[in-house]
Amino acid sequence: MAQITCENLTLGYEGHPVVSGLSFSVNPGDYLCIVGENGSGKTTLMRSILGLQKPLRGKIQFGDDLRAGEIGYLPQQTDVQRDFPATVREVVLSGCQARLGRRPFYSAAEKSLARKSMERMEIGAYAGRCYRELSGGQQQRVLLARALCATRKLLFLDEPVSGLDPRMTAEMYDLIDSLHREGITVIMITHDIAAAARYATKILHIGNPFFFGTRDEYLRSPSAKSLQRMNGGDPA
Amino acid sequence: MMETIRMYLQFPPVRYALIVGVLIALCSSLLGVTLVLKRFSFIGDGLSHVAFGAMAVAGVLNLTDDMLFVLPVTVICAVLLLRTGRNARIRGDAAIAMISVGSMAVGYLLLNLFNSSNNLSGDVCSTLFGSTSILTLRLTEVWLCAVLSLLVTGIFIFFYHRIFAVTFDEDFARAAGTRAEACNLLIAVVVAVIIVLAMNLVGSLLISALIIFPAMSAMRLFKSFRSVTVCSAVLSVTCALAGLLVSILAGTPVGSTIVAADIAAFLICCLIAACKGGFRK
Repeated sequence: MAQITCENLTLGYEGHPVVSGLSFSVNPGDYLCIVGENGSGKTTLMRSILGLQKPLRGKIQFGDDLRAGEIGYLPQQTDVQRDFPATVREVVLSGCQARLGRRPFYSAAEKSLARKSMERMEIGAYAGRCYRELSGGQQQRVLLARALCATRKLLFLDEPVSGLDPRMTAEMYDLIDSLHREGITVIMITHDIAAAARYATKILHIGNPFFFGTRDEYLRSPSAKSLQRMNGGDPA
Repeated sequence: MMETIRMYLQFPPVRYALIVGVLIALCSSLLGVTLVLKRFSFIGDGLSHVAFGAMAVAGVLNLTDDMLFVLPVTVICAVLLLRTGRNARIRGDAAIAMISVGSMAVGYLLLNLFNSSNNLSGDVCSTLFGSTSILTLRLTEVWLCAVLSLLVTGIFIFFYHRIFAVTFDEDFARAAGTRAEACNLLIAVVVAVIIVLAMNLVGSLLISALIIFPAMSAMRLFKSFRSVTVCSAVLSVTCALAGLLVSILAGTPVGSTIVAADIAAFLICCLIAACKGGFRK
């Protein structure tokens, strides 16, 4: 059964649709890349799936094993975070907030989950360091560790490599790929069509022309060709 | 000097003032980090002006216990400001400016029109900049201040992790199912309560200093949210105590002396941070 099913979605702000007629589904184990030009509604779609805004029309359904709060989310960084006094440990632990329920404080189990996530992301050594003093790549690992505290099923990544240098970008993609091979479903918004072609199992192209299907189908489709021309290269 | 302090401490009003001052300083410092980082500092400033307007109305109506009027009005305005902050039509900062300047003007106008005391400018000045009124608190007011301060501190500790989550990344918190709207509402209400409390201590124009300075000072020195919070509480209480004692001994205005102590602490923290940075390089 699909983890997320979107049927005939119309998304937008204050009654103005940005994108309409969107239908697709995400199955367990998928690596879905969402591509499309700026302003085509990628971020709006992500916010709708995360429950941050309501779709204007249509519906989003979650499969039996996934509830809305169980999506690990890697957002783009905000200005606030750049001067926020918080240690890596505090940031990662906040990924467990959905497990708090009515309790005011985190339990030992949640603290150990945060510790394991940090080790998995190879940032255990930075646990006591200040988040704002880390490099861009390290900060992304911290946020990914936080997302892992929130889920073991589905990660939603919003342009995870923007602002990273080529080496860090490659490391980040490897890390995401290894999580995917552990069985976590990955949905990634990206501008990097080469990475989409390399790692994704499915691709959703929002905009004109609309496309949803497997990677191989996408690479033969007209929308891929138009993007290839813009990027000036061979995607595979 | 110790002799003089000991002599003053024998008077119950001085003891009350010290207790209330410490409690108010403690709870006003707690939310400082959140307000600064969420770019909410101006809500604090706007609300303090609203509190001035409400105080003026309470004065005109000749209410005996003006806190019971000022508190609900300020809380309601806090909720309204937070709502309009999300509204795209009137930008949040413009809405705050309108409400705060408006209530200042109307408050002063009302005081002039329905002048019940013969020392108007003295009254206004003491509402704006604090006064010796902290030394004339009645026992019921002391209890009200103490209970509210402890309540605010308790709420902060109970919601500490959620306040951190909502401040650091509101979208992530909402996606994880934390009720961020409710959390923001709680923050606004608590800030309103703090402002009304702090009005007794430093007056409505200087409240923002009490909220922001300790947090900014602590952020120079510490790197984790918890140590920044603890440090700003300690700094705030120390500065309030020092300011109160100096003002009692030297006869300076209470509010501005406390704020001067906060400024001094901020400068010292900047200096320490600069030295540390220098050593590291």
